[in-house]
Amino acid sequence: MMLSRILATAALEFAIARRNRWVIVSVAMMMLFSLVLAFAGSAPAGQMAVDPLSVTVASLISLAVYLVPLIALLISFDAIAGESERGTLALSLAYPLARTELLLGKLIAQLAVVTIAVVCGYAVAAVVAFATGGVEAAEGLPALWRLVWTSVLLGAVFLSLGHAMSCLSRRPSGAAAMAIGLWLVMIVLYDLGLLAAVVADDGGTFTTEVFPWALVLNPADAFRIFNLAASGAVDAASGLSGAASSIAAWKPLAAILIWPVLAAMVARLSFQKVTP
Amino acid sequence: MTILTLSKLTKRYGDACVLDEVSLTVSAGERVALLGHNGAGKSTLMKLVLGLIHADGGTIELAGHAPGSAVARALTAYLPENAAFHPAITGREQLRYYLRLRGQPVKQADELLEKVGLADAAGRRIGTYSKGMRQRVGLAQALIGGPRLMVLDEPTSGLDPVSRREFYTLLDELAASGTAILLSSHALSELEARTDRMVILSKGKQVAQGTLADLRADAALPLSVSITPKAGQGERIAEAFSGAIQSEDRVTFTCPPADKLAVLERIAAQRDQIADFDVHAATLDDLYSHISKRAA
Repeated sequence: MMLSRILATAALEFAIARRNRWVIVSVAMMMLFSLVLAFAGSAPAGQMAVDPLSVTVASLISLAVYLVPLIALLISFDAIAGESERGTLALSLAYPLARTELLLGKLIAQLAVVTIAVVCGYAVAAVVAFATGGVEAAEGLPALWRLVWTSVLLGAVFLSLGHAMSCLSRRPSGAAAMAIGLWLVMIVLYDLGLLAAVVADDGGTFTTEVFPWALVLNPADAFRIFNLAASGAVDAASGLSGAASSIAAWKPLAAILIWPVLAAMVARLSFQKVTP
Repeated sequence: MTILTLSKLTKRYGDACVLDEVSLTVSAGERVALLGHNGAGKSTLMKLVLGLIHADGGTIELAGHAPGSAVARALTAYLPENAAFHPAITGREQLRYYLRLRGQPVKQADELLEKVGLADAAGRRIGTYSKGMRQRVGLAQALIGGPRLMVLDEPTSGLDPVSRREFYTLLDELAASGTAILLSSHALSELEARTDRMVILSKGKQVAQGTLADLRADAALPLSVSITPKAGQGERIAEAFSGAIQSEDRVTFTCPPADKLAVLERIAAQRDQIADFDVHAATLDDLYSHISKRAA
């Protein structure tokens, strides 16, 4: 019964995402950028990788760390604020539908969109790698698979954070602004801040003690470090890869696994404060 | 059988008292209208009944259950004010969703849409619907599963007079099958005298309650009488009725409802001087504005 209500919500939400062109836009964005990277982005990771697919995967990591959270936030910011504005939130909550069920249904549908976009985008890049490198590219398949499931988990984190923004602002326009702000802070400014701190610290205790934890605590950085460390590639784009090798792989892995649950709980708590 | 009981219900937002010790009951098959201006506390009362918000004082019982409990939600249907469903989905998809939430077969969607006159638009996106059509989608979802209590927030706003009449016919059927109905409106005339009882709220306080006849008797608003005298008889007629005002071809005056028969007798006595006459009772809007003013 509970499951059927969650699935009903997910089905409706997916239909809305499809009609709103979020599926098309997300898939197109992922495929376009992946394609560009597959053809042009192999240079920074070239030295260490042995097969063309691993090279592509190393480039895709940097792409995913920006694009997946962005797509997830764009899809999710309207979830609660939009319903609140249309007046359907009060109606849904007057039904025998728990807040957790409503939120989970939306999360499942939107995660499906993110998954489709990620799979389509990476598939294009993989096809290019196989076309240019032949069967040798098959050696990169484990790295590609790892990138796929970590990307989906990263998407789940930012979908839930988008839901939390949606609950806190209660207006779609406000939620959109908060979502973009969150993306800037967590994806762009966080790394810049850490870099600046590392430079200022000049090899002191911040660099050795705080910095590795600061990297692991941010889900996007954990995603990047885990994928880079696991694939043994070098990511010249971030400038933070030097640290990646010094952090035990279980730490970013744990962060990747815990964050989706944590973010979903934050979203659920934020939803509790919403009065329809 | 009483379905809904509110006793001394109180809700405050900060210092503002939105509802002040409101008590009312709605029985099975009864249609009760909540009347009040915008901000009188109608929507707040409804949200309390639905368990969407919580009261600061007083109690609500819904067939013996607490508002917002799983049983109460299963028994209650709601039509929010100005519900605008997502424009990207069709009326049929929206109804199917709500049917699934209530554990009802989705094939009822078309049946329900037909009942509210949306059969032809079922496959079209709600974004293409007019306001009245969206209101009908809202009404269709409220009919799902034969609810014991229907809570309808301004259900006829946005409906044209013909649709409004059809809507009340639908309510009559529901009430006849035992559904308790609580609906709100900002005008007495909107109700078209088709509810059993009215509760008038003003600034969170309950200022009147009763049938339309009760309210009329209580207000005792004067009747207005308009007489068209025969040629040259105007002054004689005006003298015959105290307080009468003579205009070009009419003599008008008011009288208390209790004096209605006495006035008619005097009109009959003057029949040789009178060409025609009309007696008007106070309109529903007059009555409502009188009660609201008296409260203030």
